[in-house]
Amino acid sequence: MSARRQSYREALREALREALARDERVFLMGEDVGRYGGTYAVSKGLLEEFGPERIRDTPLSESAFVGAGVGAALADMRPIVEIMTVNFSLLALDQILNGAATLLHMSGGQFHVPLVIRMATGAGRQLAAQHSHSLEGWYAHIPGLRVIAPATVADARGMLWTALEDPDPVLLFEHTGLFAVEDELPDDAGAVDLDRAALRRTGRDLTIVCYGGCLPKSLAAAEALAAQGVEAEVVDLRTLRPLDDETILESVARTHRALVVDEGWRSGSLSAEVAARIQERIFFELDAPVARVCSAEVPIPYARHLELAALPQPESIAAAGLALVGARG
Amino acid sequence: MPERAAVPAAPDVRQVGRETCLALLTDMLRVRRLEERCAQLYGEQKIRGFLHLAIGEEAVAAGVMPHLRADDNVVATYREHGHALLRGVSMNAIMAEMYGRVEGCSRGRGGSMHLFDRATRFYGGNAIVGGGLALAAGLALADRLAPRPGVVTACFFGEGAVAEGAFHEAMNLAALWQLPVLFVCENNLYAMGTALSRSQSRIDLTAKAAAYGMPSANVNGMNVLAVHDAAGQAVAQVRERSQPLFLELHTYRFRAHSMFDPELYRERAEVEEWKKQDPIPRLAAELRARGAFDDAAEARLEADVAQEIADAVAFAEVGTLEPVEDLLRFVTSERTPR
Amino acid sequence: MPSLGADMDSGTLLEWRVAPGDRVTRGQIVALVDTDKAEIEIECWQAGVVERLIAEVGQKLPVGAPLAWLREESEAVSTAKPATPALAVAPAATGVRPVRPVFASPRAPDARPPAPPPSRPRVAVGESRRVHASPLARRLAKERGLDLASLAGSGPGGAVIAADVQRAAAAEPPAERVLAVAASVAPTEAAAAPRDRREGMRRAIAASMAKSKREIPHYYLETSIDCGHALEWLRARNESRPVSERVLPVALLLAATAKALRRAPELNGFFLDGAFRPGSGVHLGVAVSLRGGGLVAPALRDADLRSLDELMAGLRELTQRAREGRLRSSEFSDATLTVTSLGDLGVDRVFPVIYPPQVAIVGFGRIAEAPWAERGMLAVRPVVRCTLAADHRVSDGMRGARFLAELARLLARPEEL
Repeated sequence: MSARRQSYREALREALREALARDERVFLMGEDVGRYGGTYAVSKGLLEEFGPERIRDTPLSESAFVGAGVGAALADMRPIVEIMTVNFSLLALDQILNGAATLLHMSGGQFHVPLVIRMATGAGRQLAAQHSHSLEGWYAHIPGLRVIAPATVADARGMLWTALEDPDPVLLFEHTGLFAVEDELPDDAGAVDLDRAALRRTGRDLTIVCYGGCLPKSLAAAEALAAQGVEAEVVDLRTLRPLDDETILESVARTHRALVVDEGWRSGSLSAEVAARIQERIFFELDAPVARVCSAEVPIPYARHLELAALPQPESIAAAGLALVGARG
Repeated sequence: MPERAAVPAAPDVRQVGRETCLALLTDMLRVRRLEERCAQLYGEQKIRGFLHLAIGEEAVAAGVMPHLRADDNVVATYREHGHALLRGVSMNAIMAEMYGRVEGCSRGRGGSMHLFDRATRFYGGNAIVGGGLALAAGLALADRLAPRPGVVTACFFGEGAVAEGAFHEAMNLAALWQLPVLFVCENNLYAMGTALSRSQSRIDLTAKAAAYGMPSANVNGMNVLAVHDAAGQAVAQVRERSQPLFLELHTYRFRAHSMFDPELYRERAEVEEWKKQDPIPRLAAELRARGAFDDAAEARLEADVAQEIADAVAFAEVGTLEPVEDLLRFVTSERTPR
Repeated sequence: MPSLGADMDSGTLLEWRVAPGDRVTRGQIVALVDTDKAEIEIECWQAGVVERLIAEVGQKLPVGAPLAWLREESEAVSTAKPATPALAVAPAATGVRPVRPVFASPRAPDARPPAPPPSRPRVAVGESRRVHASPLARRLAKERGLDLASLAGSGPGGAVIAADVQRAAAAEPPAERVLAVAASVAPTEAAAAPRDRREGMRRAIAASMAKSKREIPHYYLETSIDCGHALEWLRARNESRPVSERVLPVALLLAATAKALRRAPELNGFFLDGAFRPGSGVHLGVAVSLRGGGLVAPALRDADLRSLDELMAGLRELTQRAREGRLRSSEFSDATLTVTSLGDLGVDRVFPVIYPPQVAIVGFGRIAEAPWAERGMLAVRPVVRCTLAADHRVSDGMRGARFLAELARLLARPEEL
């Protein structure tokens, strides 16, 4: 089978193209998804291919077009709503939380909301405080939502279709630092499962649990650790809600040490949730306290050196890994 | 309906037809008596949570609903018992919902504010002010894309929603994309306790619609024949032209915002003045004047309605409570394993 | 009745140490009370004269109930004694000040400051001395019967981690941590928190050992045993097994002791009421040191009938339960002979003290390489020094010598064990 090198961005576009071609009910709507070609050029070229009805530019009205996505999903369409970045999703939070996430329950199971909301997330491009949030952990707090974070080109290619098949709302977070990442992808690459976290690297000494934009950093950290004789296992959560406890716990029960890496702020974060579950379920397998590397508790600053210092980096992840194994080795 | 039509002259019983008028009277009375019973049951603690009654506003739902078809969509607010009932949700299912029973139209998960019914395309009881407008736009967008030409989405909301950004975003989107939504603004003058004049720079709400290039009309919401007439034209126009339309219905609630409030925000005299316009006796009087209604008919009607309510209460009383083991159901869809 | 711990609801009066009319000083022991955990001496925090004893010996009283009335020195003798403690607060109009109920506290080393009754800590070690160990290390140590406090930590902040436990388990068989026991204590005491138990346990050990040295004419014999073959055999046997199923050298020593005892019935039993009573089986008492101090010596029943693997498993299980305070009372009284090993502390030989009413005790020092002459050749062999202390009222040196010879013979043929 032949394979070709593709970027994360191209893989996302391929996934959109496939979805639009496969299901008449699928349409893409959001700010500048059409004529502009997508803020991150993900939907570039799709307007020409599928027309303005299905590649639908919206006004700057997050509340309205996300709500419209909810309504269209209620009426059995398969809308893909693109919110330019997670930062702007706050303007639609009511529609996501009070609407999409609760309608099925409020209606006693009568009304499904098969809606996919894509948004870019994360820092690292010197965009300063209002364009650098990582709020996927907030959304992972909400029952009724599925929250996914493709961290690889294959997942960027495969997660969308699976998300569209979900009868419930799915939030798909694309890390801005990943768009240019390239990888080999088989020509027939397609849907992937969303239910399991993935072991991206195996190792015996500690488990690094991460997702999204922190996966490449964690893998780099694992390489650095290996050079020092410490073998780190790397678990990519992939789905932030519901968490795949089994994969996390199975790995940590083998390595007996866990390091959770999260670009979200530490307090009340997804990393806190993962850490809590580990100690709730396999406390007596732990050979060290669960450690975390998170973003500093500061609005992300503009200046490059400050931004770098605020975010998890391979160096800080590796240092935390070394500290976790202590005086060993 | 032209842009910003003036208050149309209300048709009379003769023009509307006595059967239709009797049906409207029956609808309004069913809603009125149902809600009165709800108030009583709330006092008895059979119904809990928030309970918002629309007593005084019955002409709105009664006048609009008859014009909707089975394939149309309805989006309502948390003051929606009448809307659900007149859309076709059974009184049994509504009462059972308020009792928190599995037999309720939302299995007891929603309560008074969240009546839902798939069969009648009743998309709820939305308890976030302004939260339903974008949803309605989306439903209409789906009808556009499907395509299902001629389908109308009726979206009810209070005048309080007009202050929300969500209102303006949704109005713009619906007008921009020419979505077949009938926006029905139930202007009862108070957003909880805040008078419209104390919250809006301009209280003629049809002007907001005009700003988005959306046709609109002012209607006397206390006269069910006026509502019925205006709604008939409006629904037809939305259906035919596949474009949104804004109706402002001037109405008034006779009771508190929720079950209890001290009503410090309005004069008792004002309430009494509005009560003189009560749509139910008003229509009954017109029908009597035409010889289409009398004491015997009234007694029969009241008895029928009372029976329906008694049946609904009895139904709810013996309803089942969902097992607590099922607590986590309906958070995500239940899929049969592949 | 003072509260001696957060979980204490009541106590039973065992003994009055004062009588009406006695003058008591602050800090004086006035009574002995049995709680769910132990017997506790109650000391009085007020000086005065005992007016009346309220509680009767054997009576169980809730915490807070008065035990006795105490008259302060300055008070006149009460003429109108209240009928019940509830009426103790009599109106001043009678001209008689009510006597105070004795509020007592367990004896403290320094009884000077009239402090409230100290609450009873439940942790094994003082909080300031809590061992930092990972949850996994704790679990493993528990499974292997290792004392965390004795392990050097190599984890973050010097915490004991799994690797430390595994290292220790590989190097130090758990039973080598089984310390010489010269006395045992009641099972309920073993189950209670050591800090508070320590004193009682010490007292029990003192009484028992004093009785032993006072009454039992000990004789001592010692022999050196070449363990070379036994250890090699054991190593080969262990090689193919998972760590959890490996047999440690101590099990060999126990097995040899138990089987040798079969031929030495005079060493296996009790001296009671002036006569020797042979044991109904070979039940070896093995001493287990408790965290925070103290010893227990529960019995491995029918040790001579068990296979090596069964003995090892039994030893592990017993050690664990002893540390968790989950021993059965029968296990305290059953032992017919006690075995003590202090080898892991570097001791070459043990001169053990018999635990009455037993009539003998066997001690093992460390297994250490030593020069070993055999058939005119000098070699270096792993050697253990085995000591027997026995009760001369029951047996003689010849009997003991035969026992040691048999033990050495058995250790030379481990495959027969």
